[in-house]
Amino acid sequence: MSEVLLETRAICKRFGALQASKDVGLTLRAGEIHALIGPNGAGKSTLIAQISGALAPDSGSVIFEGRDVTRLPTPARARMGLARTFQISALAMEFTVLQNVVLGALGARGRVYRFFGNVMRDKVLLERAEVALEQVGLSEFRNFFTGELSHGQRRQLEVAVALTLQPKVFVMDEPMAGLGAEGSHRLTGFLDGLRQRAPILLVEHDMDAVFALADRISVLVYGEVVATGTADEIRANPLVREAYLGEGGAA
Amino acid sequence: MMRLETILNLLIPAILLATALIASAMDAPYIITLATRAAILALAAVGLNFALGLGGLVSLGHAAFFGIGGYAMGILAFHAQTYAPLWGVIEGTRSMPVIWIVAVIASAFAALVIGALSLRTSGVYFIMITLAFGQMLFYFAISWPAYGGEDGLSIYIRNDFPGVNTLVPINFFLICFALLAAVMVLFDRLTKSPFGLALQAGRQNPARAEAVGLTPYRLRLVAFVISGAITGLAGALFADLNRFISPGMLSWQMSGELIVLIVLGGLARLSGPVAGAMLFVMLEYVLEGLSTYWHIYLGAILLGVVLFARGGLIGLVAGREVAHE
Amino acid sequence: MSAALLIEQLLNGLQFGVMLFVIAAGLTLIFGVMGLINLAHGSLYMIGAFAAAGAAAYTGSFWLALAAALMAAAIVGAIVEMVVIRRLYDRDHLDQVLATFALILIFSEGTRFVFGSLPLYLDTPSVLSGPTTLPGGIEYSKYRLFIIAVGLAVGAGLYGLIARTRLGIQIRAGEADREMIAALGVDIRKLYTLVFALGAALAGLAGAMIGAIQAVEVGMGEPVLILAFVVIVIGGIGSIKGAFVGALLVGLTDTLGRVLLPQVFGLVMDASSATTVGASLASMSIYILMAGILLFKPSGLFGGTP
Repeated sequence: MSEVLLETRAICKRFGALQASKDVGLTLRAGEIHALIGPNGAGKSTLIAQISGALAPDSGSVIFEGRDVTRLPTPARARMGLARTFQISALAMEFTVLQNVVLGALGARGRVYRFFGNVMRDKVLLERAEVALEQVGLSEFRNFFTGELSHGQRRQLEVAVALTLQPKVFVMDEPMAGLGAEGSHRLTGFLDGLRQRAPILLVEHDMDAVFALADRISVLVYGEVVATGTADEIRANPLVREAYLGEGGAA
Repeated sequence: MMRLETILNLLIPAILLATALIASAMDAPYIITLATRAAILALAAVGLNFALGLGGLVSLGHAAFFGIGGYAMGILAFHAQTYAPLWGVIEGTRSMPVIWIVAVIASAFAALVIGALSLRTSGVYFIMITLAFGQMLFYFAISWPAYGGEDGLSIYIRNDFPGVNTLVPINFFLICFALLAAVMVLFDRLTKSPFGLALQAGRQNPARAEAVGLTPYRLRLVAFVISGAITGLAGALFADLNRFISPGMLSWQMSGELIVLIVLGGLARLSGPVAGAMLFVMLEYVLEGLSTYWHIYLGAILLGVVLFARGGLIGLVAGREVAHE
Repeated sequence: MSAALLIEQLLNGLQFGVMLFVIAAGLTLIFGVMGLINLAHGSLYMIGAFAAAGAAAYTGSFWLALAAALMAAAIVGAIVEMVVIRRLYDRDHLDQVLATFALILIFSEGTRFVFGSLPLYLDTPSVLSGPTTLPGGIEYSKYRLFIIAVGLAVGAGLYGLIARTRLGIQIRAGEADREMIAALGVDIRKLYTLVFALGAALAGLAGAMIGAIQAVEVGMGEPVLILAFVVIVIGGIGSIKGAFVGALLVGLTDTLGRVLLPQVFGLVMDASSATTVGASLASMSIYILMAGILLFKPSGLFGGTP
């Protein structure tokens, strides 16, 4: 069994009367794609926020590379190698595509508080940025303003920025959201190859992609993990079928 | 082929310089004084632009730093001209470079304290808090009788700059202009630097900045301190120009005016504050002649700019900003 | 310091506080419902004061003057909302600051144009002038008690409005989710104009009431506006309860500070230094209070996320 890089233990989060996360325990192992699925409102985004550091859990812990990072803020976790993509693209809209990727490379390199030197001419940062753009297929758009990109291209850019961080793990929140059939297909192929570089915790609604990519799947319902297993195991699990895949009663 | 904006960035300060030089040749000292006033206000506004334009921080209390710089000059000059050391120990000084250093350090420190507290908030809270802190210092200056209190303090001398007769209007203008040029170069360098990229990312999308490992709070605080320091320097020059310091330098009206200067010219543009300051001083001069109620016209113009010409003067001429090459 | 003096200062602080509440309540409502920061609120306060002074000079009646203040402020508020303010709801805060700052310039100079630069005076009505004796033998100004009563009445009225009426429900819903109430068929435009006019009327009322104990002059609104901002920051944006608590805190801190601080310093310094230092610190006391609260609760005592 390969090494566990990212783990949540007994994560609980309550918003008033709503329990968004109930005793959530997940692991992410090296080389795998672990998909997180569940109906709307199940608490997937809340969980992602707690893993990436945007939200603090009421109790429980997040362990990254053996370290308890529960108290660490998002930037610290990012610097440790936790790369997150957002469900709703979070990009600097006034920047060009290249600027956004250079930003990622800069964050990864550090030495941010330099007041002189044109960052957009920094060879090292540019190289890393160009490599990332190449991999997602956005190279020819490098000088477009991010605000001018199509939705699909912005999703690609999100992934590119994550790549520049050269992370130890990816946490992706619905990367296929809003992509058409072709875009999803391409991204699926891309993520397939990506798992070798760093494991991916993948929140997705696109079931084709999930079943094609995932080594393991966890199902989140009303804030609780009701099942974890391989694609076949999950497909056969009656609890899951009932709660999520929409099959009523006995199979 | 230079971009239109780059041409403007060189042209606008050049126009200011030319105006002063021509006025000097034609022996029109009042025009030189106006040009100096514009240069100093431009310097203050460029200072604010670090925080507002780059950092997206709507600081409605920046007059605090302008005033601190001015009072630093006033206090030091006062103790120099009365030959009575401050607190019995610190002798006054009439040397501009020394005064500038003190002004910069004092306002940077104030910006550090105010910024550290205010930047814990954002949005409207931040605007209101900076306004409140500015007001706090304003009331403090009024209630401190040693340096004139509400009536302000006249400084009867112009301070010294090594090798220059600072009483000659064009000389003092050139000193101020040189500082303005230097700060504009700094602004340009900083915008293109790693820090500049990170700061602007933090302005546009803080979540994105955090996700790549940046800490918006720290970036903003650094920008705020730099911004306060430069505006403080301008305050010291302003005090020297007018040979007068008063709590008015710390007022909310002054804070508002600084923002207006930037927006009139073009927010986040390099020479926006310069264009805005020149425009403002011209408007002051022209409109004041027309009517003592000229602030109504200023208000109307400002309203028009905000509603219809949001990019300011430079926006009208050069169009939307082009990203870095 | 005697108990009588202390109680008198406490009442002064209370009076200052409730008037701040009346002003801040309008401001925080406007922000909570429309998401708009309005620097021209101080101008509406001033307009109320001038309308009252003008009406009192013309009719000789304080009560008509109060009515005039309410009407003038509400009408000006409604007009300004329809002509300028409604273009700002979708803009960022900087634009709102600039545009309302422009309005301050226009209103201030416009008022100076109409009324001149000299301050006007508004007399307290004869039925309320002079002191009254409180239980315990303390004498206190009838008019100031009236102000306190009005302020508390406004508080109760606002509470009733928000908690019990249809308009109140729309306001609360609007604060929670602006887009939703539009989708649900509430006439947003009318609601916003109404809320703005209500806030303006409150500011105008406060201006008129204070106008009787202070001079009515151009520029009287802005220092009060900034204090109202402090109140809102302390209390939390959008919260009327927060505005009430914040206003009382500010009113009491400022008033008591001015009286007590010089005395406290008088214990360790000579009288004149003590007065100077005490007065300086007193003028900064509310801001220090604000800073202190911010250190622990950046979104104010009753505020949501900042």
